[in-house]
Amino acid sequence: MDGVRVDGVERVFRVRGRRSGEVVALRGMSLRAAPGEIVAVVGASGCGKSTLLELICGLQQPDAGSVAADPAVLMPQRDLLLPWASALDNAALALRVRGVPAGKARIEAVPWFDRFGLGGFEHARPAELSGGMRQRVAFVRTLLAGKPVLALDEPFAALDALTRQEMQGWLARTLAEEPRTVVLVTHDVEEAVVLADRVVVMSPRPGRAVAELDVRVPRPRHRTDADVVALRERALQALGAPA
Amino acid sequence: MSRAARVLAPLAILLALLGAWELYALYGGVDRLILPAPHEVAQSLWTDRTLLWDNLRVTAGEVLLGIVAAGGAGFICALALHLSLALRRSTYPLLVASQTIPIPLIAPLLVVWLGFGLGPKLVIIGLISFFPIVVTTLDALSRVDREQINLLRTLDASRWRILRHVELPAALPGLLSGAKVAVAVAVIGAVFAEVFGGSSSGLGNVVQYAIPNLRTDRAYAAVLILSAFAIALFGLLTLAERWLVPWAHNPPGGNTR
Repeated sequence: MDGVRVDGVERVFRVRGRRSGEVVALRGMSLRAAPGEIVAVVGASGCGKSTLLELICGLQQPDAGSVAADPAVLMPQRDLLLPWASALDNAALALRVRGVPAGKARIEAVPWFDRFGLGGFEHARPAELSGGMRQRVAFVRTLLAGKPVLALDEPFAALDALTRQEMQGWLARTLAEEPRTVVLVTHDVEEAVVLADRVVVMSPRPGRAVAELDVRVPRPRHRTDADVVALRERALQALGAPA
Repeated sequence: MSRAARVLAPLAILLALLGAWELYALYGGVDRLILPAPHEVAQSLWTDRTLLWDNLRVTAGEVLLGIVAAGGAGFICALALHLSLALRRSTYPLLVASQTIPIPLIAPLLVVWLGFGLGPKLVIIGLISFFPIVVTTLDALSRVDREQINLLRTLDASRWRILRHVELPAALPGLLSGAKVAVAVAVIGAVFAEVFGGSSSGLGNVVQYAIPNLRTDRAYAAVLILSAFAIALFGLLTLAERWLVPWAHNPPGGNTR
């Protein structure tokens, strides 16, 4: 097991209608996540964070540099639950698409519903669930994929502030019970500090790592802890935000 | 809108149209053999009811079979075009072109090939209703979220499994909206097919022979029945949508950015 190792990666996109004809999303981007480590990546919108995750998941290939990662599963910002399928079948999709029969996939998914406070909602359609519940169903789907690496792309950005805080606490507890190598991309610095072992700050495009903060704050963490607040300020400074 | 208004508004519009038609037919100075008055059409609906009913059964059978055939063929064709870019590039324009072929032009050829039976009629109805089904199904297939596909790929889904678990269900609402458009044109198609495809029965046939026999009222009665049939089919498909794809009226994929 290697976790995730991204070395000096460059990724360039051809863009029609731009004078230069291309956009450099990442240049000289490096990142390391040890097995079982939670690494948060923060940066401004459009700094290539999502591209980084797609590289880690093997959905894209770098134009230069190298990416080596254990098998990774993507969890995007939108839950992308299938509207016609029940919550249970949506979670079980991770198994179904690998050829597991429907009955067996459901049986494997059921225990997660009780664990994640989704008991009784197995047969609800996504439209009947709250935003936080939908995101938890999506997370069950992610875990059922059985991959050592989770690539979380702003998983809570679409939620309202209160639900987001709840879900952050929930994710922290879940990852304590179910350790995984996590690369969490977010533009919410506070979320990064509350959840991660290490925070990597990216520059605006072309994106690369410009700062790295170790978060040596005991868990469970709260956004009001003095250490969390201090780290948040440091991360914001590294991002270039006015103090 | 209140319940009463929901019923009364369409009824009022219908009555106003019929009233205007009646007045124009009676006092507009148009020959009654060219435009019969609604009361004459109503009379024909009643006195010719056996004739109209027997011929409606023929035409309805043709339309239903034609729609089902076009639905199946259209769905398969849309899938093929979705899966192969080369196929889409090379044959999509031909599909558009197929819609410009006038029925009278190809009807004799179809009769030569398939005889005077149901065959040429099904081909004509199918040819006309096939196109909207392909277009809406293909659109539904191509609207499947890019990110959704990426997500499934990180779940190790094969192309076939992505198709089976995500794209095929997502195409169903497209198929149904295509079929809704198709029912209206399929009815016109059936009339053309009967007129030009050498037919001895069906409402198209009734229309064709009523006019030289100075029975315009009967022709209008037949057309009225065809419209009612199309409306009924459309309504059935709307119900089917509610049952089969209730999700299609909510935005897909949940919260958006």
